[in-house]
Amino acid sequence: MTIEELEQIAQSVSQENAKFDFEVNVCMDLACASQGAEKLRDALVKSAEAQGKNVLIRRTGCMGPCSSGPLVRVDPDDVLYKRVKSDNAEAIVSSLGGEPVPELQCDLSDHFDKQVRVVLENAGHIDPEKIDDYIAHDGYKALLTALTEMTPNGVVHRITESGLRGRGGGGYPTGLKWGTVAKAGGDMKYVVCNGDEGDPGAFMDRSVMEGDPHRVIEGMALAAYAVGASKGFIYVRAEYPVAVARLTTGIREARRRGLLGTGICGTTFSFDIEIRLGAGAFVCGEETALLASIEGKRGTPKPRPPYPAVSGLFGKPTLINNVETYANIAPIVRNGGKWFANMGSDRSKGTKVFALTGKITHTGLVEVPMGIKLREIIEVIGGGVPDGHTLKAVQTGGPSGGCIPAEMLDLGVSYDALMKVGSIMGSGGMIVMDDTSCMVNVARFFIEFCMTESCGKCIPCRAGTAQMHTLLTRICEGRGTMEELDLLVDLCGTIKETSLCGLGQTAPNPVLSTLKYFKNEYIEHIVNKRCPAGVCNIEAAVPAVPTEVLA
Amino acid sequence: MSAFTPPPLPSDDKRWKIVNGTMRKNGFARHALIETLHTVQSSFGYLDDDAITFVARSLRVPLSQAYGVVTFYHYFSLKPPGKHTLTVCAGTACYIKGADKLIATAEKRLGIPQGQTTSDGKISLMVARCVGACSRAPVALSDGEVAGEMTGEQMLEQLERWAVE
Amino acid sequence: MSDNVEVKTLIIDEQEVSARRGQTILQVARENDINIPTLCHLEGLSNIGACRLCLVEIKGSNKLLPACVATVYEGMEVTTNSERLQQHRKTILELLFAERNHICAVCVSNGHCELQTMAQDQGLTHVRLPYRNPQLNVDASHERFTVDHNRCILCTRCVRACAEIEGAHIWDVMGRGINSMIITDLHQDWGSSACTRCGKCVQVCPTGALFDKSKIGSDHPKYPDFLPYLNLMREAQ
Repeated sequence: MTIEELEQIAQSVSQENAKFDFEVNVCMDLACASQGAEKLRDALVKSAEAQGKNVLIRRTGCMGPCSSGPLVRVDPDDVLYKRVKSDNAEAIVSSLGGEPVPELQCDLSDHFDKQVRVVLENAGHIDPEKIDDYIAHDGYKALLTALTEMTPNGVVHRITESGLRGRGGGGYPTGLKWGTVAKAGGDMKYVVCNGDEGDPGAFMDRSVMEGDPHRVIEGMALAAYAVGASKGFIYVRAEYPVAVARLTTGIREARRRGLLGTGICGTTFSFDIEIRLGAGAFVCGEETALLASIEGKRGTPKPRPPYPAVSGLFGKPTLINNVETYANIAPIVRNGGKWFANMGSDRSKGTKVFALTGKITHTGLVEVPMGIKLREIIEVIGGGVPDGHTLKAVQTGGPSGGCIPAEMLDLGVSYDALMKVGSIMGSGGMIVMDDTSCMVNVARFFIEFCMTESCGKCIPCRAGTAQMHTLLTRICEGRGTMEELDLLVDLCGTIKETSLCGLGQTAPNPVLSTLKYFKNEYIEHIVNKRCPAGVCNIEAAVPAVPTEVLA
Repeated sequence: MSAFTPPPLPSDDKRWKIVNGTMRKNGFARHALIETLHTVQSSFGYLDDDAITFVARSLRVPLSQAYGVVTFYHYFSLKPPGKHTLTVCAGTACYIKGADKLIATAEKRLGIPQGQTTSDGKISLMVARCVGACSRAPVALSDGEVAGEMTGEQMLEQLERWAVE
Repeated sequence: MSDNVEVKTLIIDEQEVSARRGQTILQVARENDINIPTLCHLEGLSNIGACRLCLVEIKGSNKLLPACVATVYEGMEVTTNSERLQQHRKTILELLFAERNHICAVCVSNGHCELQTMAQDQGLTHVRLPYRNPQLNVDASHERFTVDHNRCILCTRCVRACAEIEGAHIWDVMGRGINSMIITDLHQDWGSSACTRCGKCVQVCPTGALFDKSKIGSDHPKYPDFLPYLNLMREAQ
């Protein structure tokens, strides 16, 4: 495969597409698919045949505003239809070339106008199972350009220049990480993609892997070239069967096109990717645990140093980035580091994809420039809290994050700003809570999650999260005391400072942040035996039963 | 050192050949343990002692280590699943929208705690960490089929349909 | 070999000490009679950094480092016994005592238990946390030894001694989090496992979780000092 051949493919795709008078794109992402998108597509094909219209009907990945699904977009008119049923297929096909169907039209200009799409640039525009569709949208151009015109160091430099930081949650500068692995010695190095999206309430990585798998593959290949690796692994949750299938197809197609394998693009660069399935362990999002899992072991983290960049998979230097980080690579290499650095805020460059869910009007995937005010995401893009309720808090960062109170909506969303208020960027889950959510209960939910997901290796996390869960349960049931609340805070401090890995070190965050902003709710439960949100059933609380431990 | 001979297949059940295929594809390397366990579970529905022993012996992994791996990952099951499986998602978005009530309702109707199968082997009740369909919370899966904005009534209707089968 | 003899100078608890490149903080501290508490560490076994008792402060870093795995560097300034560390160590010990059923008065290891000694050394006078009181098994199926899960602190010394020194690897950990438990083979009775009856696991166990049946009712000290010797002899082969 050469750049000329790549351009030929792109040309032939646009020639093929030009043969059709219209394009009808049907979103096939989980939310739309679970509401009959496949049946709808069949109905559209039938209607087009029946009406003798020359229409290209395409299955695409996530278009974004999932709550309006199933979604259909008609091109070239760029008309978006919401809540489309198979019965509407005929009307949509009839309208092609004329006026759009008014009752189905989806006006979400406020929702879309504030967004900037880099990672999601192809989402909803390409068929994820067709490599040629990706190539027609500048796909693999960055890889071939890098291989023929750039040195590995040049690629690392471009990523450094972009200011990209890890999108998995930690926010470590990507260029710095790549540079360390590039400098590490040894004949064998690995590139690993963390697709074990474990944060409950986050699904950006799933959507990217399912909707634009080649973007991830290209990003990994570029990384491999930059750091000198020849083998890659994508670690995907087994709970994401569609993502696994799309990536499998993607890797096969890329090999067929000579974009993976030996001597790519006539150069000496060889790279191939294997998929490894996760098996339901949140802790495997932690780098050393993820590597242990790829090696077929229990996913327990190891103390660092040594860092994976020096001694990682099978003891070799290993680069680990998450799905969204890799998804940013091709556009950066294509458009330059400065282009990327021009977006976003001071120390958080580019854009970030968020999974906006919970008590909000427009749920779905949004991609915004870093630094955007939380208020704009919630009130403008998300359309605010529905059903006349009022916003109470926004939770970011999953079980490692915190709850940001409604009063702080004017916060600009960046790694540092979120950290400063006691939360973290995390992988991008953003869960909106209204006045019907009890913050003590929410804290208990996250601690229960951490307790269940703790690997058990180190004592502060293993027994500490269990003790926190006991104390929080007592508070939720109206049996807690103020002394126990002090004990809880004390425990948080020890778990945060002494746990072996990030899971334990951040497990107290949901408690600490709710205590910081919603302490009155804790006190109401303890002193007045009352749950202000009416969630906790205090009267019905039964006497404590010792927690059963697996015998 | 004598050459290693892998153990014979546990029975002439064709599925063991699929399991063996996964191990062969990975050159019977120890790091193929989780991959192989995935194949066993997708072929047989669960992992019993015989299966774990066969895989462990074939890959030269200590039995205790293999058992430790199986029980570490929640995706692996040591018991056969029921004929049907209801999975309620308990991710954050689902929880905020009442997944805990759905779970309680299902537990009450089936008379079993989450993670168990009814005594007649008909229905398993599982809880998922997050299936990634957060925008349609609360979500439940009927035999793997995702259904969003689930209500208690809808869920009970599904359980009734399965119960009378 | 020149790398190995490279000498580093560092400060541990205001005392200037010298070390060889690649040495851990713990090794250097012990060479200089500076005590850092440990439970999961045992001379002769691999280090896992799990018990968190050996965490120390490093000047210039907010992060606490496990002394058993963190290696020294030139000019490093280590504090091993600050108030902050003492508080954390006490809380960690509380967590250990409250996790299972550690009733010293009726324990076979009473008077020879590393957990008990550690609590005394660290000045732990009472446990503030609620006791979890789990119902756990005692497996006496083995002809010579017994495992009492009520006393286990999951330090995994037994797992490592069996895998790394004896080479049998009949021990491992099953489950995860608070439900973790040490097991033999396929979570079966110890007596029916492929145990070689060497007894190394019993000797390395810091508490009364693994004990010799013949010693019940009498003093039950343990002697794990053979491990470095075995390693040395193995290297000499």
